[in-house]
Amino acid sequence: MNSDAFISNLFNSLSLGSILLLIALGLAITFGLMRVINMAHGEFIMAGAYVAYVTQNLFHRLPAQFFGWFLIVALPCAFLVTAVMGWLLEMTVIRRLYGRPLDTLLATWGVSIMLQQLARSIFGSMGVNVETPAWLDGHWQMGHLAVPYNRVFIMVVALVCLAGMYLFLYYSHTGRRIQAVMQNRDMAACLGISTRKIDALAFAVGSGLAGIAGCALTLLSSIDSNLGTKYIVDSFMVVVLGGVGRLIGTVAGAIGMGALNTGWEYETTASLGKVLTFVCVMLFLQWKPMGMFTTRTRALD
Amino acid sequence: MLNIHDLEVGYGGSTVLRRVGLRVEPGQIVCLMGRNGVGKTTLLKSIMGLLRPGQGKLSFNEWDMTYATPDKRAKAGIGYVPQGREVFPQLSVEENLILGLEACPQRTDKLPDTIFDMFPMLGKMLHRKGGHLSGGQQQQLAIGRALAAQPKLLLLDEPMEGIQPSIVMEIEHAIESIKKKKEIAVLLVEQSLEFATRIADYYYIIDKGSVVAQGSADELSDEIVKKHLTV
Repeated sequence: MNSDAFISNLFNSLSLGSILLLIALGLAITFGLMRVINMAHGEFIMAGAYVAYVTQNLFHRLPAQFFGWFLIVALPCAFLVTAVMGWLLEMTVIRRLYGRPLDTLLATWGVSIMLQQLARSIFGSMGVNVETPAWLDGHWQMGHLAVPYNRVFIMVVALVCLAGMYLFLYYSHTGRRIQAVMQNRDMAACLGISTRKIDALAFAVGSGLAGIAGCALTLLSSIDSNLGTKYIVDSFMVVVLGGVGRLIGTVAGAIGMGALNTGWEYETTASLGKVLTFVCVMLFLQWKPMGMFTTRTRALD
Repeated sequence: MLNIHDLEVGYGGSTVLRRVGLRVEPGQIVCLMGRNGVGKTTLLKSIMGLLRPGQGKLSFNEWDMTYATPDKRAKAGIGYVPQGREVFPQLSVEENLILGLEACPQRTDKLPDTIFDMFPMLGKMLHRKGGHLSGGQQQQLAIGRALAAQPKLLLLDEPMEGIQPSIVMEIEHAIESIKKKKEIAVLLVEQSLEFATRIADYYYIIDKGSVVAQGSADELSDEIVKKHLTV
């Protein structure tokens, strides 16, 4: 690998890593912290993407000089819409199934199929496209490497979401309550924390992050009802690889998988590269079943 | 203040507590004694709301809390130090203590100084993770956390169990100072007969899930001790 190829692979690894990070961040809360296997997470990503599409269509009605802003408006809208969807799912289904992972998996899988059909009924089975705003169209030329603006934008969104979630979880009152409930539910309740409210809130935030991811993904491909299924396996893989329950693990897992995938793709082909990536992840998990970062603590005596 | 009437609690099909009645008055130190496995911890968990009663009534300051969730009971002024301390291992000492303030009526971040007067160690270790403390330190943290919201009733489940003697002394002093101030009532599960009779105003002895003896602590006779407590 010469230095040009190395730099381009490095950029592609980070770019893919940031996409994986973005789709896995929400799961880091709902699966990583709450241990809920939500198969409908992919459909929340899809819903976020459709929110971007709808926002774009609404902006077409406004004067043309505002059109470029639609993506910036769509991001918080996608967060809100999917957060409300997640909150409803928690209140109606998941709340009744805590501690029953298999039932949760089946029930949310059912919800995922229903949401896909709902999307087909509303938007049709053909893929729809979201235009890239003019200010994201183009690239920087660095030597032989072309750095597309939209890839950089996704990296920025991923970093902002990561920083926001870090501050929220570790430095806010609500974040401290979430951590307490996830570490010891009964004791948190005995201190006066309403665990029901915290569960619903944490699940809504995790789902909202999926919406942001979906919004950002519209820059890369067209949207159809299967968008979620494309990403759901990857995002679970990232959280498990990084180590369930640690934010830093999710970051490491995303970048690790991004690098592996890019590297194997460069050496072989796109589909073989994916297979080899999954094989590597599986071998790694055989060696370290808890993932890259584990939570260690002094055993209570 | 705390009033338990005819309480029955079980796990699954088996009943652990049968027709238990118990009272704690404001500022009173009440000691709950009994051999291992007779239902003392079950009773404390039922008072806190972690276990649902099959029958009976629990009230706190005239409020019927029989079916209230633990967070409501904490907000009503019941503090709980469980067996095994249960500090949050990944959170710092300070964060653990601040979580103790959740039960306060108004939102605050101000920890009362009395906690640090009782356990000076906590002030020095504010930024250590709860899970990195020794067993005795975790016990002090758990008591400090329960006192942070200035409860009216404190439930202590074997606070001296398996703890090094120097910290046992500090915890005993802490309970004595609570007794002196008479602001907080304590329901204490304790194995040490010597400490229990010294500190308690009133005692209950539980055997096979029922209250078998009760009375003023200075009336606890050798005969009762032999019958219900000696192994």
